[in-house]
Amino acid sequence: MRAPLFRGHGWKWLLCAPALTVLLLAASGPLLIVLVYSFLSPGNMGGVVWEFSTEGWFRVFFRRDIFEPDLVTWNQAHLAVFWRSIWLSLQTTLICAFLGFPTAWFIATRPPSTRTVWLFLITIPFWTNLLIRTFAIQEVIRNNGTINTVLMRLGVIDSPIQMMFTDFAVLLGMAYVFLPLMVLPLYAAMEKMDFRLVEAGYDLYASRLMVLWHVILPQVKPGFIAGSILVFIPAIGAYVTPRVLGGGRTMMLGNLIALQFGQGRNWPLGAALAMLMLVVVVGALVLYLRAVNRMEGARRG
Amino acid sequence: MKRTIALAAAALMGTTALAHAEGVVNLYNWGNYTSPELLERFTEETGITVNVTDFDSNDTALARIRQGGHGFDIVVPSDTYIQTWITEGLLQPLDPEIVTARDNIEPVFVDVPFDPGREYTVPWAWGTTGVIVDTSVFDGDINDAGLILNPPAELQGRINVIPEMSDVMALAIYYHGGERCTTDRDVLRAVRDTLLEAKPHWLALDYGAVDSYVAGDFAAGLYWNGASMRVRLQNDSFAYGYPVTGYPLWMDNAAVLADAPNRDNAMQFINFILRPENAALISNFARYSNGITGSIEYMDDVMRDAPEIDVPAELAAAGRWGQACPQDVNDIHTQIWTEVLQ
Repeated sequence: MRAPLFRGHGWKWLLCAPALTVLLLAASGPLLIVLVYSFLSPGNMGGVVWEFSTEGWFRVFFRRDIFEPDLVTWNQAHLAVFWRSIWLSLQTTLICAFLGFPTAWFIATRPPSTRTVWLFLITIPFWTNLLIRTFAIQEVIRNNGTINTVLMRLGVIDSPIQMMFTDFAVLLGMAYVFLPLMVLPLYAAMEKMDFRLVEAGYDLYASRLMVLWHVILPQVKPGFIAGSILVFIPAIGAYVTPRVLGGGRTMMLGNLIALQFGQGRNWPLGAALAMLMLVVVVGALVLYLRAVNRMEGARRG
Repeated sequence: MKRTIALAAAALMGTTALAHAEGVVNLYNWGNYTSPELLERFTEETGITVNVTDFDSNDTALARIRQGGHGFDIVVPSDTYIQTWITEGLLQPLDPEIVTARDNIEPVFVDVPFDPGREYTVPWAWGTTGVIVDTSVFDGDINDAGLILNPPAELQGRINVIPEMSDVMALAIYYHGGERCTTDRDVLRAVRDTLLEAKPHWLALDYGAVDSYVAGDFAAGLYWNGASMRVRLQNDSFAYGYPVTGYPLWMDNAAVLADAPNRDNAMQFINFILRPENAALISNFARYSNGITGSIEYMDDVMRDAPEIDVPAELAAAGRWGQACPQDVNDIHTQIWTEVLQ
């Protein structure tokens, strides 16, 4: 039975083996370690002790009152951080979509010869380190930064507007950093768009808004979905931006996880939180795939 | 073809041999903490090159060395971590044959709780964590932890606190009259309540670049003495206070790793930084004292009589050494900290 199979397609698997091995070891290996760690006990000064424990997972959702161990409640602190991460990431995605759409539209409607230049300009920020870009934003919005200095010189305001260390600063930073990730898939979708349909829409007396809503948006929807995923996933794990622009005053998930592996010295809890974040991300991806499948189905039907 | 391979192999062996050459020592230290002049002088004197790799926290350093295969010779952990490093066998005792200048360590820093008799470590730099205040905004008594923990109206919303759990917890515990690793529930409860009430008045929990204070982003903060001095040098309305209820003392210490590949060179480097003129280079660069007798004479003028460096006699007793708390106590601290930061 085996021989013909081997002669048929089996050897192709053999050729794939190196790639598969690398994928298994490099992608699943560390993940498995994190999963295993989340079920162990915290070691002294960091690290883990090889004793099975579900305490890490328990502490993700619940907290025993520090002073009355029998009193168990929801872990408000962790839930607040979770909620803030998801909420800020969603807002970032929305802002990127809102700003990315006109940008991508602008590029897609240039003559083909100049489009490359515009695309090239969009990708330029990627050449700079994320931390540097974040510090650049800080220079713009800090109390003695560009915006405040200009506004004060012009006499618009008397004292600087506090922008640093607020949720606004985090949002601004993340939107700036992740915007290209939204523009590129949107552009890809628009480039493939059939502009004859837009003309047809006008011919049928559709207003500009109606054309946008009924003709253009449905066609670039895959771009929106892909861009949203590309923005949402790194945003939810963002560490540097909330750290620098949020001033560490309010944590996001990445910071909470880092705290457990650093000063908190509770690796199992950190590992459990990291796994939970993975679940959120996978959840978002599943929604994405469903949405894509539904669209494909609709197109066929 | 064979010849090329042989040549390539020889070249490869040549480079590896270079990495393990006799004239190298690999220093694993905090970022922006090692004076380049110190390294130059050491190389001039001994012919040994020093490679510096940075770490950003004690936990990072400990985790990396625990993994093994690091290739470092010297590490510079803080006092509270030294016992862990020693008991886990990560450090080796100093070699009295090479490290001969141990007598240069100031007597008060020899029998320290974290390394009695200085068998494993020598001082690199030490300092205090206190309160920095813009005296043009607040002109009351600045030797008060309450400026951070129960801020007066003029400082509210303009305070920055370094995001170091152990420093913040220590300050708050001392403020309520507790010991560093107290298990007294009433004290810990008071600490939590105080921190939760104080936090809305804090603008940021940031390591805070010196220039943020200079530029007026912050009017007060929990900060280190050396950094506070750098702020004052650029803006003299800032002053540094030592809370009378108690403030943390800390010391970073150089030690040789148990599996150091260049052990003898490392010992030589340790001995080198024990000489006052060399220790002064560390201080001049990092702006912290070093714990070596007589090094003050070699320090920059701005260091010598700085109120941030020279602790006032009547406030010296309030300074307390840190302590690595047992896991269960640390666990409570983490929970309080998470609640504060949420």
